[in-house]
Amino acid sequence: MYEAETIDVAVIGGGHAGCEAALAAARLGMKTVMFAISLDSIAMMPCNPSIGGSSKGHLVREIDALGGEMGRNIDKTYIQTKMLNTGKGPAVYSLRAQADKTRYHEEMKHTLEKTENLKIKQAEISEILMEDGHVSGVVTTAGAVFRCRAAVLCMGTYMKSRCLSGDHIVESGPNNLMPATKLSQNLLDMGIRLFRFKTGTPARMNRNSLDFSKMEPQYGDRDIVPFSFENTPEGIAREQELCWLTYTNEKTHEVIRKNLHRSPLFGGLIEGTGPRYCPSIEDKVVRFADKERHQLFVEPEGENTEEMYIQGMSSSLPEDVQIEMYRTIPGLEHCEITRFAYAIEYDCIDATQLKLSLEFKDFHGLFSAGQFNGSSGYEEAAAQGLMGGINAARYIQGKEPVVLRRSDGYIGVLIDDLISKGSKEPYRMMTSRAEFRLLLRQDNADQRLTPLGYEIGLISQERYDSLLEKERRTAEEIQRVREMTVAPSEEVLALLEQYHSSLIKTGVKLADLVKRPELDYEKLAPIDRERPVLPPAVREQVNIQIKYEGYIQQQLKQVEQFQKLENRRLPEDIDYETIQGLRLEARQKLNAIRPESLGHASRITGVSPADISVLLIYMEQHKRGR
Amino acid sequence: MLQKANFLDDIIAAISTPLGSGGIGIVRMSGAGCIELADQLFQGRKPLTEKATHTISYGKITDGKDGEVIDEVLVSVMKAPHTYTKEDIVEINCHGGFLVTQRVLQAVLQAGARMAEPGEFTKRGFLNGRIDLTQAEAVIDLIQSKTELSRQAAVNQLEGRLKTAVRQMRNTLIDMIASIEAVIDYPDYDIEEETYSSMEAGAEKILAEMEQLLAGADRGKILREGLQTVIVGKPNVGKSSLLNWFLEEDRAIVTDIPGTTRDTVEEYINIDGIPVKIVDTAGIRETGDIVEKMGVEKSKAYAEQADLILMMLDASRPLEEEDREILSFIREKHSIVLLNKSDLEQVLSLEELSQFVPKEQILFVSVKENTGFDALIDAIKTMFFSGQTATAEDALLGNTRHKNALYQAKEAMEHCLVTIRTRMPEDFISMDLQDASRALGEITGDVADEEIIDRIFTKFCLGK
Repeated sequence: MYEAETIDVAVIGGGHAGCEAALAAARLGMKTVMFAISLDSIAMMPCNPSIGGSSKGHLVREIDALGGEMGRNIDKTYIQTKMLNTGKGPAVYSLRAQADKTRYHEEMKHTLEKTENLKIKQAEISEILMEDGHVSGVVTTAGAVFRCRAAVLCMGTYMKSRCLSGDHIVESGPNNLMPATKLSQNLLDMGIRLFRFKTGTPARMNRNSLDFSKMEPQYGDRDIVPFSFENTPEGIAREQELCWLTYTNEKTHEVIRKNLHRSPLFGGLIEGTGPRYCPSIEDKVVRFADKERHQLFVEPEGENTEEMYIQGMSSSLPEDVQIEMYRTIPGLEHCEITRFAYAIEYDCIDATQLKLSLEFKDFHGLFSAGQFNGSSGYEEAAAQGLMGGINAARYIQGKEPVVLRRSDGYIGVLIDDLISKGSKEPYRMMTSRAEFRLLLRQDNADQRLTPLGYEIGLISQERYDSLLEKERRTAEEIQRVREMTVAPSEEVLALLEQYHSSLIKTGVKLADLVKRPELDYEKLAPIDRERPVLPPAVREQVNIQIKYEGYIQQQLKQVEQFQKLENRRLPEDIDYETIQGLRLEARQKLNAIRPESLGHASRITGVSPADISVLLIYMEQHKRGR
Repeated sequence: MLQKANFLDDIIAAISTPLGSGGIGIVRMSGAGCIELADQLFQGRKPLTEKATHTISYGKITDGKDGEVIDEVLVSVMKAPHTYTKEDIVEINCHGGFLVTQRVLQAVLQAGARMAEPGEFTKRGFLNGRIDLTQAEAVIDLIQSKTELSRQAAVNQLEGRLKTAVRQMRNTLIDMIASIEAVIDYPDYDIEEETYSSMEAGAEKILAEMEQLLAGADRGKILREGLQTVIVGKPNVGKSSLLNWFLEEDRAIVTDIPGTTRDTVEEYINIDGIPVKIVDTAGIRETGDIVEKMGVEKSKAYAEQADLILMMLDASRPLEEEDREILSFIREKHSIVLLNKSDLEQVLSLEELSQFVPKEQILFVSVKENTGFDALIDAIKTMFFSGQTATAEDALLGNTRHKNALYQAKEAMEHCLVTIRTRMPEDFISMDLQDASRALGEITGDVADEEIIDRIFTKFCLGK
């Protein structure tokens, strides 16, 4: 052992959570070190080569709005981009980009290296040092002691991980990287509860062995939208790569069925809990036996590689079965597998041990973020990493933690769910988890969160000012559209007819026409002579805010109701065992989770409305000092 | 989104007098803004907001929307903090009997008040510091007793049926939501999308079910609209005598209000607080002969609509085919069989009769001797109010939350249909459906989010 350095924040792990945590802490002025087992795996994408997607795209926009890095990094390194769900409502528009994996890693690593106050070090951490319940340092396996005041655990899927394909089991992290074997025991010794989770990834293949004439090409959007609010479409425009679509068939399913006994999943070799939303192909074939075919997307892993990712076909079957099974698929008949599919299982924590700030309830200065908290996905990890990094810095600075509510953003929903429900399987963000999703759109993430990012100190004055300008112009234009009257002139009637919209007999407000389902703000441009020239982002806001006004108002009302319970804070030191009138189950759950507010308490399974009333009364008694 | 607890800043309302205890009924409201709310419905010399605290004003109460006058009333205004709850309180003293009081309560609820939960006025008093701390435990008992009550209610056949029906509706809703959400969360996958017309049909069906449930399954409706009662039986068994007994037995007709059908005036009989409405009263009274000959088919038609069927049989004659036919029809319904002419020698076979109707629902009466009617009243009370004298609190207590939740679900579904018909994007439809399913979850005690996600992955094959 030797004394290496005295710093403020130690970030353990260099994945998507670790990078955001380290950048946030350093940018907030903390002397920060980020440790990774291999610096060549910083911001690695060990599974799908894409960022965003339904609800995950929202997370990335929110990360960007708060001053995180993921949005900027994918804008630099995307090779195809698409706005999904444009046929649905504005709440579920979702941005997704295919990434060049290597460049994504390189750019992120380079950003970290250039950041003031931040050092990155290749080392495995084996121990967290504590003094009187406070973090005081971390120790590497080589014996280097880094004294620090806060640590953020971002170990992802590396903890005691092992990879399986058939009965071939390797003690390794993802992608054959070294696992972290020491820290789990240290955490257990501290009294932290761990779970064992499982996930998996499909095979990679050499592009030259595939026959794309048998697949359908998948194009990116022509009009692109950047992830980062700092970027413009023109600023990041580029030639886009193709993805491909093909399908499994009865032959594929037959191969899988006759080899099921060789799958560790069905043979009982895997003890971890697998996610429902990342089922392996053997899962799919068993659970949806009557489905004749399953979709597969063949996606490039980057520009400077021939490797392709086979989305939709993760597996833990042995290698020989994998070869046989993949080769039954149109276009994949002669496929050369470069990396086989595998399942991975790993240690993670029971996240109910954390506060909403992501700090452990029982360990001051110890924060935890990312897949290690039981989530899945790069975006979910990055979102937590950002919040963990911000709150580690604020902890040291003696400031209140920043906690996003469910009504503030998907990040709030994500963390609240993880901490109150205690996931029993890797947690994936989904739009249906956000009860106020019409307010939490990807288009308004900046309006929702950039003022907060500015207050925290991660958003520049310039960026904040440009947000205020956008809001001012939006408000002005909305007012103009509300007040402007449209007369039933020939020109207006012709336009209405063109869109099969019912004709008007007297003058109506332009806003009322925008609200019609078959019309929108853009379509009405020809009859709106006084319309000022506005940037696309402002036009989008004007349209959404007018068109869906009624629905937005309705959700705002629901949020108001919701806030009332959120605003009732529960003291940290309540002993629920002593509260008269609480049911036994509620006492146990409340004591274990120790919710931060009545709203938080009301979301815990097993806590009934009557229990909430009892808590309300208890708090009143408490306040009066009985 | 529904909340698990309500907060102190909304307005609660309830009828604070027991029903059937004379003509006056009081609707009480508490909470900031309740005086303004009352003003929306009140027509008097001066708005209530301009009245001093602890004063009573004379005026009229309207039903808000179309301004129809419901009753002449005296309204007490009591301003915070010197009130029972330490909040603003308004008490509306109605004079038109319990039905009118119910209508006033409905109007107040429609104007934005919320039905008070049991003990809630007391709870507010406590929380606002009006009531001594030593009473805290009593308040907790009250709150807990609500859970206890709802547990008992769940055992109750009516409630049990309600929950089963609600579960089924909710299940259908979650299926619909999952179909929409799966497409949203997995935009690339070839999931079969539901068409607007199939969603519209689905939503209409659920809405109709909700309306039916709201119309049929709750006892509050009985108090509001009366216990629809039909008297059936062969000619000359004493049906009109029974009716006359009801009417003559100093059970004053409480009120005449225009019924739903335009030209009929329906009459209500007060049986210990239960408003009983005898179907086709006018017919029985005025055209006695004809109605006495009411055939089996017509009996069935009436019985179909009724909450309660009173079947009259002549104990001095054996069961006939016609009787058996009616008996087998009423078996599934709330019914009481009255054996009239019990003063004569009994010929009718009780054994055979009890194959159709449980023994406790068979009563001996004698219209001529005027006996057996108290037992009839007890039987009706047992059947609908578990033997208690009906008070507003009692009748609405067990299911206030359920009813509110069902109303909310219904409103969400109505909204959903508008959303579908105006061809709003699918996620708006899903939002309405989720509102409805959350409201129904309040009844069944289930939380939706995880179930929707479960359903998505059970129904559809998705993922990497």
